[in-house]
Amino acid sequence: MGLNEIKAKKNDLITYGIVIILFAIVAVMVATGMATRHMQSILVPVCINIILAVSLNLVVGFLGELSLGHAGFMSVGAYAGCLFAIYTADILPAAVRFPLAMIIGGVVAAVFGVLIGIPVLRLSGDYLAIVTLAAGEIIRSVIINLGFTGGAAGLKGTPQDSNFIIGFVVVLITMFVIMNFVNSKHGRAIKAMRDNKIAAESCGVNLNSYKLLAFVMGAFFAGVAGVLYGHNYSILTADVFDYNRSIEILVIVVLGGIGSIRGSIISAIIITILPEALRGFADYRMLIYAIALIVMMLLNSSEKGREILSKLNFRSLGSLLKNRGAKKEVQGNDE
Amino acid sequence: MDFLSNLISGLSLGSIYALIALGYTMVYGIAKMLNFAHGDIIMVGAFTIIVSISTCGLPVWVALILSVVMCTVLGVVTERVAYKPLRKSEPLTVLITAIGVSYLLQNLALLIFGSSQKSFPSIFDISSVHIGDLSMSGESVVTLAVTIIIMIALSLFINKTRAGKAMRAVSEDKEAAELMGISVNKTISLTFAIGSALAAVAGVFYGATYGFIGPYTGSMPGIKAFVAAVFGGIGSIPGAMIGGLLLGVLESLSKAYISTELSDAIVFASLIVVLLVKPTGLLGKVIKEKV
Repeated sequence: MGLNEIKAKKNDLITYGIVIILFAIVAVMVATGMATRHMQSILVPVCINIILAVSLNLVVGFLGELSLGHAGFMSVGAYAGCLFAIYTADILPAAVRFPLAMIIGGVVAAVFGVLIGIPVLRLSGDYLAIVTLAAGEIIRSVIINLGFTGGAAGLKGTPQDSNFIIGFVVVLITMFVIMNFVNSKHGRAIKAMRDNKIAAESCGVNLNSYKLLAFVMGAFFAGVAGVLYGHNYSILTADVFDYNRSIEILVIVVLGGIGSIRGSIISAIIITILPEALRGFADYRMLIYAIALIVMMLLNSSEKGREILSKLNFRSLGSLLKNRGAKKEVQGNDE
Repeated sequence: MDFLSNLISGLSLGSIYALIALGYTMVYGIAKMLNFAHGDIIMVGAFTIIVSISTCGLPVWVALILSVVMCTVLGVVTERVAYKPLRKSEPLTVLITAIGVSYLLQNLALLIFGSSQKSFPSIFDISSVHIGDLSMSGESVVTLAVTIIIMIALSLFINKTRAGKAMRAVSEDKEAAELMGISVNKTISLTFAIGSALAAVAGVFYGATYGFIGPYTGSMPGIKAFVAAVFGGIGSIPGAMIGGLLLGVLESLSKAYISTELSDAIVFASLIVVLLVKPTGLLGKVIKEKV
């Protein structure tokens, strides 16, 4: 086991630790009645956003491509899982039905990931971003026009099986799979590809299949998050999965630090709770996100800005982008 | 006759897309970046018209000039503040910044004007034109005519003037252009200025055609215009014109003959098909990847 691997393992353990401690605190608060009803109602959305952010980070941070169709995969998964749950509501008990629905939602989203990914991943950069955006919009307008999805009125009757414990378990599974994947041989191949495509290819990395692998994996977990979402609300409409939703997930990833799983988790928690906690903040929420996006990018692109960021303890982000900018070794910096 | 009138409304819609696509394609050709906020400049232009005519009661021609000036300044300022420091950064960084700028403009408009759609004043007091059984609305005639004039003027500008030559040189090779004494910064600013001015014109026509403007009005035509620019070959000015017109016709015909709700999906699907069959677009150049 190399030094870098030990470092990565340690980093992962810290991330698990943070998540489990946070869960324990929330669980105690819920059990002792300290958490209000309102606070409890945002626990599942927090889990959903964590899953979405971590899975998008796999594509943006590790694959280095901007996907703006994450909400599209989420909606495909949500509809597949919820339709399954509705049709089997009388046959299967919730304990079997819900996990099965999540797997089905994830698999269907992954299939869409393959279908969209094969043509789209031949592109890169700006083209890939705009085509994934287009794909997400296509998915949305097709769902609205299909009969069995409930159309524009939405899909009703999904059993509301989501709860915080299940959400937490799914978060842990997502973290486990993606963090292990990133540190595996395949993960290293993907990072190598991100840092230098031509060098990676000449080392025998099959660009297209690895690109597809990361993309499909991101789609799978987006689908699972979608199922969780669908089971948390009494009605599922396709309009919530427009590209603004994709951009919101991107905001979470960018603010948490591109390429940092721990950052994504923390930022997902903060960004979900903040508008709920500060009512007056809600109006200015999107405006602040927009400014934060621009400022983060500007700070990261200058030497001075990176110093400020690392002082603010956004270490992961600062160091990752610095290394990418300077084309130094990146190994071991990704959590 | 039905087909012909659909075709003409498609051409008029397409000329709006073409005007926006020109901005995309010029900026992409020179700064090598996808200016995601370009669509929202349309919205700013349209809102400027609404404020100056409906609120301040200014005459139409003043409002038009104000709108163009406003958008031009906005385009140049965003380039200076947000994009210029990132010129050597990775494409991902620039793209995320552009998305941020787009979001910023939308949400500023949301705070200032509220989320409800504002009605656009009727500025073209022209009755519809009849040729035989065929009738065309005054707006589409003006849109088509003005777009054609702008395109001819732009082609002349790019091909005949010194500034146009500088723009072509910068888009070909930045370093070499700089060595020849061309100010790259000024040329990029000029490109943003022209692109944003065209977006203002597009915003006026868009408002006149649809009648309502909201904070998010710009994003959809913006994305479609980018599709049009890709369609025609990004970086190519005649390509953007052809792409815009084709896309407008495609959208109008699929609205008329296939499905109104699915027309967006068809437009986007056409983008995916074009990129698969001919990734450089209709008139784009093939760029070889260097190690």
